[in-house]
This record gives sequence, structure tokens and C-alpha cells, in this order.
Amino acid sequence: MSLDLAPITDSPPVSTSLTPWNWARKRLFNTWYNIILTIAALLAIGLGLKGFLVWATTQAQWAVVSNNLKLFVAGRFPDPLLWRLWIILGVIIGLSGLTWGKLQAKERLWTRDRLLIAAGIAVAIGLIPISFASRLISGGLLLLLLVAFWLGRLLPSRFNRWLAVAWALSFPLVFWLLRGGFGLQEVQTTDWSGLLLTLLGAVIGIAFAFPLGVLLALGRQSTLPIVRLFSTLFIEVMRGLPLIGVLFIGLVMLPLLLPPEWGQPDQLLRGLVGLILFSAAYIAEVVRGGLQSVPRGQLEAARALGLNPLLVIGLILLPQALRTVIPALVGEFVSLFKETTLLSVFGLIELLGISASILANPDYVGRYVEVYLFAGGLYWIFCYVMSIASQRLENSLGVDQR
Amino acid sequence: MAIQVFGFKNALGLLRDVRFWRIVGQLFFVLFLVWLGTTLWHNLTLNLQKAGIQIGLNFIQSQASFDIGERIITYSPTDSFGRALFVGFVNTLRVTGIGMVLATLLGLVIGLARLSDNWLIEQLAKLYVEVFRNTPLLLQLFFWYFAGFAKLPSIDSNTPPSSLFYLTNRGLALTWVSATAATGIWIGLLTLATLIAIGLWQWRRWLRIERGVASRTWLWAGGAIGLGIILAFAITRASPFEWNVPRLNATELEGGLQISPEFTSLLLGVTFFIASFIAEIVRAGIQSVPKGQWEAAKSLGLKPGVMLSKVILPQALRVIIPPLTSQYLNLAKGTSLAIAIGYPDIYFVANTIFNQTGRVVEVMLILMASYLGVNLIISLIMNLVNYSFQIKER
Amino acid sequence: MNSRPSLRFKPQSTNVLRNWLSISTIALLTALAGCAASNNQSQTASSPAASASPAASSPAASASPVQVEPTGLLAQVLSRSKIICGTSGKVPGFSFVNTQGEYSGFDVDICRAVAVAVFNDPSKVEFRQLSAAQRFTSSQTGSIDIISQTATVTISRESTVGVAFGPVILYDGQGLMVKKNSGITKIEQLAGKSVCVQTGSTTILNLTDQFRKRGIAYKPVSFDDNNATFAAYQQGRCEAVTADRSGLVSNRSKLPNPDEHTILDIVLSKEPLAPGVKQGDPQWANVLNWVVYVLIQADEFGITSKNVDQIAQSTKDPDIRRFLGLEGDLGKGLALKNDYALQVIKQIGNYSEVYDRNLGKDSPLKLERGPNKLWTDGGLLYSPPFR
Repeated sequence: MSLDLAPITDSPPVSTSLTPWNWARKRLFNTWYNIILTIAALLAIGLGLKGFLVWATTQAQWAVVSNNLKLFVAGRFPDPLLWRLWIILGVIIGLSGLTWGKLQAKERLWTRDRLLIAAGIAVAIGLIPISFASRLISGGLLLLLLVAFWLGRLLPSRFNRWLAVAWALSFPLVFWLLRGGFGLQEVQTTDWSGLLLTLLGAVIGIAFAFPLGVLLALGRQSTLPIVRLFSTLFIEVMRGLPLIGVLFIGLVMLPLLLPPEWGQPDQLLRGLVGLILFSAAYIAEVVRGGLQSVPRGQLEAARALGLNPLLVIGLILLPQALRTVIPALVGEFVSLFKETTLLSVFGLIELLGISASILANPDYVGRYVEVYLFAGGLYWIFCYVMSIASQRLENSLGVDQR
Repeated sequence: MAIQVFGFKNALGLLRDVRFWRIVGQLFFVLFLVWLGTTLWHNLTLNLQKAGIQIGLNFIQSQASFDIGERIITYSPTDSFGRALFVGFVNTLRVTGIGMVLATLLGLVIGLARLSDNWLIEQLAKLYVEVFRNTPLLLQLFFWYFAGFAKLPSIDSNTPPSSLFYLTNRGLALTWVSATAATGIWIGLLTLATLIAIGLWQWRRWLRIERGVASRTWLWAGGAIGLGIILAFAITRASPFEWNVPRLNATELEGGLQISPEFTSLLLGVTFFIASFIAEIVRAGIQSVPKGQWEAAKSLGLKPGVMLSKVILPQALRVIIPPLTSQYLNLAKGTSLAIAIGYPDIYFVANTIFNQTGRVVEVMLILMASYLGVNLIISLIMNLVNYSFQIKER
Repeated sequence: MNSRPSLRFKPQSTNVLRNWLSISTIALLTALAGCAASNNQSQTASSPAASASPAASSPAASASPVQVEPTGLLAQVLSRSKIICGTSGKVPGFSFVNTQGEYSGFDVDICRAVAVAVFNDPSKVEFRQLSAAQRFTSSQTGSIDIISQTATVTISRESTVGVAFGPVILYDGQGLMVKKNSGITKIEQLAGKSVCVQTGSTTILNLTDQFRKRGIAYKPVSFDDNNATFAAYQQGRCEAVTADRSGLVSNRSKLPNPDEHTILDIVLSKEPLAPGVKQGDPQWANVLNWVVYVLIQADEFGITSKNVDQIAQSTKDPDIRRFLGLEGDLGKGLALKNDYALQVIKQIGNYSEVYDRNLGKDSPLKLERGPNKLWTDGGLLYSPPFR
């Protein structure tokens, strides 16, 4: 095993100035053991790829995925009400496009990456086996994304606030469309399932676990001994338990702890409470790292300027603390996203749970590889996009530069 | 100050004194916690009373009457619930311990591969990290168990009656050693011989350094061990152990070292998952070693292996160990997902007991204590390790 | 941000900040907790008023002297205007999600029958899928109103787990399923072999007992989930799989080649399956009991969903008239409507209809009635008189 001498830096790769042959000699065949390694790796890749392609095209029966696409994505959400999910998707895509455009307003409009991604999505919409109407709507949504992105670049900065307001308003709107009521047909929370539930659980989980985690981190840093003790105890106990145990407490034991006349809080709610408390403890530790990295002088300076304590926390302490821990924070969000799978152990049918249900269908017995590859692929895409987005965010906030 | 509290003038001052509010605030917080605690406890007893359940740990001693498929300590259905929980606990420790070793080795290899100057190896390592880090552990477990082991050959008429190793969908069976009457004597004598060999080695080395005598350490040490072997053979006139070759009895594998699909899947799952995180930690740790250290080691003419083990890794470890500890803790907690694929770890056993007895609260407390115990042990050991790698100022 | 001893004497700027920080933390935590509490209270307080359905208000409105007021769980159910029913959701014939996305099966129909009795509407049930281990704790904690999940009645479940079982709806026995070509016919032949079993149910206990009785060693491979158990068996992980015989039949129908598997002619244990409720609420337990008895009694009277209206109009038999609520106050005594039996039969059917539809001759499972015939036909089904 040989190692790069230089630590990886942001300097442009040297290979650009090399001819392909020289590059290969330098990066693949420079020493005798690298030659062996390269050839072995090429062989392994070749055989593995061939085996997979042969299996995927001849043996695999992808009908289990294509026939159940709706179940995977929207679960048991009633068919006649699917339009509500499309609207939600439209709202979120529109807002994301605007925000994305705003964030990258100073960059070039069409980079190669962006065009490639858009083209890739367009091809995917054309290829996946969905009804013509769904394909049309998906295409429309892609167009919406691009238009919103373009508009977002043009918006003057005074619209920033409105964008934030729009995001805030979108949450009740989404919840209304999902749950029904107020003139819409109601949908039981037990009918929220599949990828829909996974995403919903992750978003709600992050939205509540993050502020709670920040509070716990502040509590752990406090000089008040009781607050500190409580926060520390909470964080350490939560971090010491496996999530499955915490969910058991939330789903099975919580009703025992509530007054009998309260009845039964929603099962999904109880599951999410467990997930949130668990993740908050981890987020708190990450945030604590950030708080410790803020120089003392910053606080003293802010205080000297006469800012009141809440403003000091909100304007001086947290922005600096959180910026330094963005990668770790996103890492925790990705973990939370992955950990929503554990809800399936307790009968909440998220993406993995619906996969198990589909595998229980007599028509698709034994199609484990196809189903798990598909579900795994979906999870992977979301987690990977989150980590990429965190890198972008980190760069645009210039964490390294300060 | 406490006496002045009752004076009017001071009371106003008190209200403006931040120290006063500190105490009052905390007092309210304590009151709130106490109120919360008593309310929850009251509800709990009320609810359990309604369901006709008494809280108490006596049930631990009643007979479990269910069997546990996989165990490394003796257990029978006539044993108590407590014993069953302990069997589960040992199973958890087993998979955690082996998983930690394997995940560390794999993580180290992948982490080093991420820094390889071979482009292909670097990309493969990156692919590994991105795939395993970005998919849920539970899904990976399902994949290994239902998609991985299912594809292995099943035991049928084509399976050979005896083989050095079996790889089937009922698990692995490897040829292993089993003890005979002579094993004890062999082990005793060999241990003695090894100790003598080490002593001789040190002595010869000391002679070479101090007196300049040709050392021939290998000869002396090897001689001592050889003598031990000859002696042991002379006494026992038997080999130290027997080969235990797995064989097929009708449709079940017998003999050898048997590893169940459940255990293997869980082990593979947590190992591959945690190794992807360890790889990133190793990479970051090695990158944290200043470039000058590499150059200095190279200029001293150290071979790559020596350079890595004597110069780079000891320094990188200081950065690596703290996050590594938390990955070990994650691994220990991750094994609780065993319930999904039927490996009887402590959570699995506890879950069975919940159902047989309805003792939710007690079993949950035992479960919490066990996991906190495992975490404490891991943290303690890792803190010791961390301490030994810290820079020692002389 | 370590606190230094010197700060105690001179509260410096940062110290003040930290105080505020902590106090605000407390305030926020308290506020959060307060909000949560008040939300919940307001919900429970407002919901009875907001959702007073006609069904819920009618018992109170008809101020008959014998009309019993709903209390406890029944009152809760009425104010919620739906029943929460815990079921497995994964066992064909008993409870599963059909292609239309609706729950269906034997266990499901029991819950629907209760919904008809309480609300006169079979759709007012919310089904929750529970794992075997979850079902009793869920009922203890009151997160579900009825467990209808092929649960075996045992003494310890009633005495220590805290479940009050209703009448037995299916007399079953635990069986073993093996591959036909394995040639196994007796338990003894399973010595040293692996048997797949679902944990968290009586199945694993019976299995252990049977092997202990014969002094044979075996390897249990246990799972928490019914699907996982049969998936492992199907893959060849185990030589045999054990479950209730009805469960074996229904799960065999899900295997790729059902004919290759055979259910041994061995009964490992008695498995009387019954729905259950939480202990300590006699009124709610009565509702469940006498809804199940309606199914059985209707079968005995020969009343079906097809002829119930006609019989109600024409019958002179005082037994039947009382049963259907045409005279007397049997329904009111349960805090239900007097004609609840008539509605249950009309909308759900009698026992035979429910059985045949889900498990018997009209279903893909074609399970024999066996002991689940009426006592008049030599079976075990017997309803106490409606009087």
C-alpha cells in the first residue's frame, strides 16, 4: 500500500496537464505493486459488472418494482387523492428552485453539471414505467424547477424575506394536503406510508430535533448546575441507548406514562417523538463542538456593544458555532434519515416497511434483491444529495476562509 | 446575603441581581422536573394497576420456558428469565467484539486505500464509502440475510457428506480444532517454552548490545520452542488437537465451527456499515499528520511500512481515537437491529420476554442498564488507549 | 467554555450571558412542555363536543330507563367516533391489505362487526399493524381498543399480561409444516434440525415444551415477524416451520409452490384464538363478547345477512325477536342500540358467512371447519342465550 505524500488540498489536479498515457503511468502503473493492484482491481470490476449486468438483464424480474411503483413512493395514500401529493411536490419544487436560484445568483446560469442533471432527470422521466399523465406532470415539474431557478436568479434581494415566509407557509399547506380536513377528505396517518412517510418523518424529525438539540447544547454549556446536569444526563442516556429501545419507549411505554384520560396519541406522533429525542441528543453534541470553537472574545465584544443576551446567542454565538459544524450537522441529518427505517420494526410502514409488505405478496415472493436494491438506491440518492448539498453550502458560506 | 433578603431595599436589589434569578430559575426547573417525574410515575402505576400488573423484579427468577437458538453459554428452557437475558447479553457482546475488530481492520484498509496514489484503488474505496455510508443499516441487514444468504446453495442431495468447509443457506461450517486429553499438556509446555524463548531472546540481545557477542537470537529462541514441542510429544505421544471436520447428517451440518446465517449477516452488516465511517476517520486522521513528518521519515530512508507504522499512524491515532470510540458505540447499539433477522441478542430476548410476561418497564430498565454498561466498558477501554497514545512530554 | 472559580465573585459579561442563556433554556423547555400539555388537554376536551356523531348522541337522547350510559372505553370510542383495532395485517385469511388497499380477513371482520354494533358503520375502524410482541403491551397501554390478531387465550395472558379475552372465535392447534420431499412425518425425525418459529407468541413456548417432553434437541430459528419466519423457511433456512394450523394453511398459500409443502398430522397444542380487550373495563368487554356471540347465535338461528330483514319482519319466535332487538332491551343494556345484532348480521353476516368468506370454502384457503362447527353439529361453537 502506498500513500499520497501530500495531504489532499484544493489545488487543481495535476493530471489536467498530462496526456492520458502519462496520467495512467503516473496514477495507475507507477510501481510494480500498483500495476498488480490496478490489474486486479480492473479484473474485479469487470467480473463484478458483468455478473451484475447479466443478472439485471436476464435473471432479475423488475416487475416487482415497476408494478408497485406507486406503493413504494406513496404507499397506501388513497389513489383518488394522489393529486394532493402532486401539488405538494409542485410547491416544494417551486420553492426549492427559487431558493436555489437565489443562492447561486452570482454564478453562471448553465454549468455543465446542471445541464447534465436536468437531462438525466428528463431521460429518467421518459424511461420509468409510469402512466402517461404522471409522465406529463413529472415533465411539468422539471420545467417548473428550471423556471423557478431562472426566476430565483432574477429576484432582487428584498424578496429574501418573502421566500422565507413562503417556506414557513408551505409547512401548514403541506400538512393540510396530507391530512385533509377543512373541506378536503381526511386521510388517516396510518395511510401515510412508503417513501412519503420516510421523507415526512425525516423532515419533521430534523425540524424538531435541530432546535431541541441546540437548546440541549446550550443547556450543557450553561453555568447553572442543574440545567447542565439535566442536559448532560439526557444527552448521555439517549446516546447510550440503541434507537430501537428509544422507539420502544416512545411507541409502547409512552402511553403508560400518560394520564389514562388523554387516550392514545397518534402512533406516528409517538414514533417521531422517540426519533426526535434520540437525534436531538446527537445534534446537541455536534452543536456543543461548534459552541466551544467560538472564541471567548466574540462574546465579550458583543456584550461590550450592549447586545442583550438573546441577541448575543442569536446573532453572534449560534451563527459562528453552527457554521463550523455544518458537515457534522448534515451527517446527523443523514443519520436521522436513515434511521427512519427503524419505524418499520414498530408497524409504521415507511419505505423499508412497504418493501417488506410487497415482498409478502404471493406474486413477488423471493424478489428480495430487486426490491432491496431499489429501496437502497432511493435511500442512497437522498443521502448523497444531502451530503453534496452540505459541501456546497459549506463552500458558499466560506467556512474555510474565515 | 441571605439575611438581607428580607430588607425592602435589598429586595429591590435582589430582583436586579442576576444571581438571584439564577437560583430562582433553577428552582423552578427542579420543581418542574419533580412534578413531571411524579406525574409520570403516578400515571405509570395507575395504568399498570388498571391492567393488573405489579412492578417488581421477582419475575426474573421464574422459568423462561422458551429456547434460544444460538448461544455460547449453557442455557435450557428450564432456566430463568434472568439467565435468558444474560445469554442475549453475551450474544450481543460476541457480535460487538468481533465486529469491532473486523470493522477496524476493514476501515483501516479502506481509509488507506482512499489515500492511495493508485487512482483506481482510490475511486473504488470512495465508492465503497459512499455506498455503505449512505444506505440504512437495517436495509443492509435485510440485504445480507434475505438477498445474500438466500442465494447460497441449499443443502440437498448434491451436498457432499463431508467437506473441509460448507457454505450453504443454513450457514457456514469450517474445519476447526477440538481439544483432546493431550491438549492441556501441550498448551502448558508450549507456554513455558515460549516464555523461556522470550527470556533467551532478551538475554542474547543484551549480550550483543553490551558485549558485542554474535547474538543468534533466532537459534536460541527457536531451540527452546523446539525442545518444548519434542518434550510435549514425548510425554503425550499424541497430537495437540484433533481436526474437527464438518459433515452432513441427513439435512443438517454437524461438527466443525458452525456459524449461523443470522450471526454472519449481522456481523457483515455492522462491519461493512461501521467500516465505511471508520475509513473516513482514518483518512482524516492521516491527513492531519503534517507533511513535514512524511518528508522527514522518507529522508531517514524508512521503508513505507515502517514509516506508516512508526511515524504516521501513532500521530494520526491521536486524531482518530475519539471519533473511533463513538463509532464503536454506534456499532454496539447497531447490533440491536438483530431482531429483524432473528439473531438472539439482548434486545431480541428482552422483546420475547415483554411478550411472554408483559413486564415492559422492568425489562426496559434492564435493557437500558445493559447497553449503558457496554458503552461504559467501551468508553473506558478507549480512554485508556487514547491516554497511552497522547503526546508524552518528557 | 469551562467555568472558572474566579467568576463566582465577579459576575463577568460572559457569565451574565450564560445565566440568560440558561434561564431562557429553562423558559423555552417549560414553555414547550406547557404547550404540549395544553394542546393535549384541549384536544381531549374539545373532541367530544366537536365530533358528537348522531350515533354517539342517540343513546343519550333516547331517555329510556334501561338505556345504560356508555362509560370508560366505550365512551372514549364514541367520542372518537372510530374504533382502533390492532391486527397483524400480514396473515392471509386473517388480516391483510387486499389489492384495493382495504383491510380484509377473519380478524378484520370481528373489528368491523364491533364497529357496526357501536356506530352502525363497518368503516369506522382504524387498523393498526402490530408485531406479535407489541400487541399485548399496546392493549395494556390503551393505544388500541381491541386486539384481533389470532391471539391464543392462555391463563398467564389474562392473569399477568392484563388482557381480557373475548369468546373464542377459532379453535385451532399448532402444527408443523415441512417440505414434502423431506419424508418427515413425526416430531422425532426433527431431532437436531432447525425449526423456524415466530417468537413473542405461544408457538415458541409450545414448540419448546414438545421437544422437551420427548427429550429431543433441536435448533430454533426465531423471528419477530411472521413474514420473516416464513421467508426463512421458504429459503430453506429451516427444515420445518411451526405456527397455528390455520396460519400454516394461509401462509402456505403464499409460497411459490404450495403443493411442495405438507402440514404434518400433528397437533402440538390447543390454540383457542380470540379477540381481546384491556382488563378493567367490563362494559367494553361485554360489547366485544356479545358482538361475537351474535355471530354464533345467528348461525344457530339460521339467520344470515340475506334473510335477516325478512326474518325480522315475519318472525313470531320471542327468542329471535329479543335477539334482533324487536322486543326487550338487550342492546340497551350493553349501552348500544337495541337492534345492534340485526345490523351486525345484516352488514357483516353470521359466523358461517364470515368463516367461509375468509377462511373456508369461498376463500382461496379452503380451510375445513373442523371443531369450528356449531355445537348442534358436533362442533365447539356455543353461544350463551340472549336473554
